[in-house]
Amino acid sequence: MALLEVTNLGISFGGLRAVDEFNLTIEKGELYGLIGPNGAGKTTVFNMLTGIYKPTDGKIFLDGNNITGKRTADINKAGVARTFQNIRLFGDQSVLDNVKIGLHNRFEYGTFTGVFRLPKYFSTEKEMDKKALEILSVFGLDKEADVLASNLPYGKQRQLEIARALATNPKLLLLDEPAAGMNPNETKDLMDTIALIRKEFGVTILLIEHDMKLVSGICEKLTVLNFGRVLASGETTAVLNNPEVIKAYLGE
Amino acid sequence: MKKLDKSTRKLISSIAVIVVLYLVMSGMQATGNLSSLMSGLLVPVCAYSLVAIGLNLCVGYLGELSLGHAGFMCVGAFTSAFFSKMYQDVIPDVPRFILALLIGTFFAALFGFLIAIPVLRLSGDYLAIVTLAFGEIIKNVINVLYVGKDAAGLHLSLKDMMDLGLDLDGVVLINGAQGITGTPRQSTFTIAVVLLIVALIITHNFVNSRTGRAVKAIRDNQIAAETVGLPITKYKLTAFTISAAIAGVGGVLYAHNINSLTATTNNFGYNMSIMILVYVVLGGIGNFSGSVIATVVLTMLPEMLRGLSTYRMLIYSIVLIGLMLFNWAPGILKFREEHGLTTKQIVDKFKKKKEVQ
Repeated sequence: MALLEVTNLGISFGGLRAVDEFNLTIEKGELYGLIGPNGAGKTTVFNMLTGIYKPTDGKIFLDGNNITGKRTADINKAGVARTFQNIRLFGDQSVLDNVKIGLHNRFEYGTFTGVFRLPKYFSTEKEMDKKALEILSVFGLDKEADVLASNLPYGKQRQLEIARALATNPKLLLLDEPAAGMNPNETKDLMDTIALIRKEFGVTILLIEHDMKLVSGICEKLTVLNFGRVLASGETTAVLNNPEVIKAYLGE
Repeated sequence: MKKLDKSTRKLISSIAVIVVLYLVMSGMQATGNLSSLMSGLLVPVCAYSLVAIGLNLCVGYLGELSLGHAGFMCVGAFTSAFFSKMYQDVIPDVPRFILALLIGTFFAALFGFLIAIPVLRLSGDYLAIVTLAFGEIIKNVINVLYVGKDAAGLHLSLKDMMDLGLDLDGVVLINGAQGITGTPRQSTFTIAVVLLIVALIITHNFVNSRTGRAVKAIRDNQIAAETVGLPITKYKLTAFTISAAIAGVGGVLYAHNINSLTATTNNFGYNMSIMILVYVVLGGIGNFSGSVIATVVLTMLPEMLRGLSTYRMLIYSIVLIGLMLFNWAPGILKFREEHGLTTKQIVDKFKKKKEVQ
């Protein structure tokens, strides 16, 4: 069974049909790319997959469970985590706390325990610190654990956002233009990071990206969106050599 | 000893400062060196500080501007005073005051919770306007509320005292606009300071707990908070309820410090909500000890300026504007940075000096 199965997904904003008849199947463990010109509806698809927008038509199945139109927090609990094109960190909190917020649903203690500092508070907080540092060390961010998230350099903020998403223990990780604004060296580091997190966390990844070097370098399969519709999908090389894709997106 | 984090150190030092101030003030009071005006202000200052701490939780950590906290203070004051008056001769002093405290806090929390359900669907200016209206509604309802007690039980009316239809031996407990008179005056300076310290500890623990982190995350970026699986509504309600409860504690203290408790614009209405907000903003949003300092300074200041009679409020408002500029104006901030006058620079300098010694 596919990890993510999207059938005939569509959404309208008033008279504008932003995405129409969108189909997507991602197998467990795949690294899948979603590409297309600006305004094609890629981020809209992400927003529907994470419940930020409610789709007008179609169905989304994650691991066989229907998650269509569920609330964002519940979709995250079902196993979908994401990053954003314009980074959305909890800027006024430390790097460590950002990841600990990602761990929120994996470690429990109540408000009362927290306010009155019962023994469970100390033991759970200790476990959370340990787990959060473990995740941060994968990204080499453990030395900056006490830095305010908004004070991190841009590239590291992107990495922290991925770390926070991974802290929720997702089955499927959605990355929205992870290489946006990065120089070639940073992009190369990012490609290594993505390879590393696939290995370390065993997570399936769907990413939106404009950097063709990154896309052709790491994505196994691609779907191309154009004007809200699927233009082509399949193996990366086949899709990138598709004359229609070249005409609509890559340029001749 | 394990190294404490920055916020815990700050909490401990502010509690130390409060304790020292408490000892100095009680010493002066005992030796008769404190004017009756000042000693009359001790408990109210603590009560306002509590409300400011509660409001700061809402403004600084939930990120929502509430103009109705005087309303929650009002609920805490009236429910606890009502209880104390009703059982004045039935329950001994100490347990009665503890129960009154719990009852006032509980009802303020309950009102906070109930009001939060519709209000937290809004945000920004709309939320401020609606909380303002709720605060006014609470105050105005209490102003027309008549409750009396006689052998047949409790009587309630929203019209006037005669409408209660009390027996001859009946007692009016809440007398409309005249409020509650003859509440036992049990709020001592000691109790007030203890409650203030407890509130500081509770809020500190709350914002540094799992729930507190979630509340701050929701404030920083609601959409991101949702995508990491945080239940937004639940935590917003929790924070707002705790915030209202702390304001309620302030109300209980306030009510048990005066003989006749009435709900006017100045003590529980719009004016008070704005005053508390001024304390919170000038003390630093998200800074609980700052709220306490601002409350103390800004409550004492008008009393100290009393000698200037007519010009009193004029100077007071100039001080407010001056403080605001000193804290926030970009030009002044730049000047302070260049001349080593920001709080951080001063604290650093102070620390270095200590190390040298």
